[in-house]
Amino acid sequence: MSLVFSLSPASDVPIYRQIIQHIRRSVIQGQLELGEQLPAVRVLAESLVVNPNTVARAYQELIRDGLLESRSGVGVFVAEESRQIFSDAERKRRLEHAVEQLLHEALLLDIPLPDVCSSLEEQWKILQSQINSRRKK
Amino acid sequence: MENSAKPNQQPEEKMSEPASPVIQIDHLTKYYGTREIVSDLSLSVPKGTIYGFLGRNGMGKTTTIRIFLGLEDPTRGSTKVFGLDSRSLPPEARARIGYLPEGHHVYGWMTVKECGQFQASYFPAWNQDIFETVLTHFRLTSKMKAGHLSRGQRAGLCLALTLAPEPELLVLDDPALGLDPVARRSLLQSMLYVTRKADRTIFFSSHLLSDVERVADRIAVLDGKVLRADCSVETFRRQIRQFILKFRDAPPPTPEIPGLLESFRSDREMALTVANITPEIESRLEALQPASIEPVDLTLEDAFISYVGERGEKTFFMNGKETK
Repeated sequence: MSLVFSLSPASDVPIYRQIIQHIRRSVIQGQLELGEQLPAVRVLAESLVVNPNTVARAYQELIRDGLLESRSGVGVFVAEESRQIFSDAERKRRLEHAVEQLLHEALLLDIPLPDVCSSLEEQWKILQSQINSRRKK
Repeated sequence: MENSAKPNQQPEEKMSEPASPVIQIDHLTKYYGTREIVSDLSLSVPKGTIYGFLGRNGMGKTTTIRIFLGLEDPTRGSTKVFGLDSRSLPPEARARIGYLPEGHHVYGWMTVKECGQFQASYFPAWNQDIFETVLTHFRLTSKMKAGHLSRGQRAGLCLALTLAPEPELLVLDDPALGLDPVARRSLLQSMLYVTRKADRTIFFSSHLLSDVERVADRIAVLDGKVLRADCSVETFRRQIRQFILKFRDAPPPTPEIPGLLESFRSDREMALTVANITPEIESRLEALQPASIEPVDLTLEDAFISYVGERGEKTFFMNGKETK
């Protein structure tokens, strides 16, 4: 189980959000395999030294988003197939929000749009190849 | 914190149960002579919660704790622990409470082991394993003289003495005072360890808000003798926000909006920290016609400093109405 990470409580990101972000990243980058079981709430809470309710809340939100699934009596797992649980409108809203953040950053750093696009494509390919190599295993 | 269903079903886990209050404070007022220390304080601590008690120095935190433990009498109002009046707590009820007072006093002439034996003689339910586990956390050995311990080690010894009787209610008055980061982490781990059993309640005061954020379910904020917040950490953080308003010219005068905690103005900018944000407040900010409004999330520490700072208005209360 490779869910070892450290939190920064002095950050302006609430702790449960930091946990969510970390699990998301771990799934995308393949440190957490599809179908892999996550540590029990209490176990992760004690290893991170945070209140168990905070971990429970992060798990819940990820279950709601379809990234994790709960099998009653067994535990919480990374969902085998990512279910599309959002409406098209919500997906569009979320994408726009993420794109806006990206573009703000690009403007701030004075990076022209073509460079942003090529960087996007490059990163997209890297992620795809990571996902594909995991599927083959 | 929202008490909704848990994804992991393990028997020892804290489940969402309607909890009865372990500590109940009703309209507590306390005077020392003519000086009012606590003013009309009401608070209820449900069973199974880790409750952080916050406030600047001299705001009556220790006095409140001493009153509900029955160590001092209230001037007005009443306090109960386990449903029993604090002024007449029987020994059996006291045996269920672990109290770690401020300052961590020990009998300096005893060894660590003797301190344990002395304390154990008062508590039939003494758990030597817990005592030794906590000692190990703080790297204490039984032969050390209590009077020769460092501040952090003394805190560790006191914590071990308080935890070993397995109290149902643990009251810690500023336990992290003077501890180094490693000892503080051990303290937090010990607190989480204690609440593995679902019916354990912890009430602790602290100035270390990053620690509070890690372990507390709920917080109460005392400010100027008065309780000004009683809600989850999450709610507190979500309800206090900062808005950066950018203008093309000099910003207009600071608006009078309810819940304004702090405001800063510069050439083209105005930063407002506001509690209890409502859509109405947001529309009043837009009415100032800034070029842009950017909401900023604050850390718990920043939110707290704004909330109890000198500038803001003090007329409102933040309660646990969770807006999810």
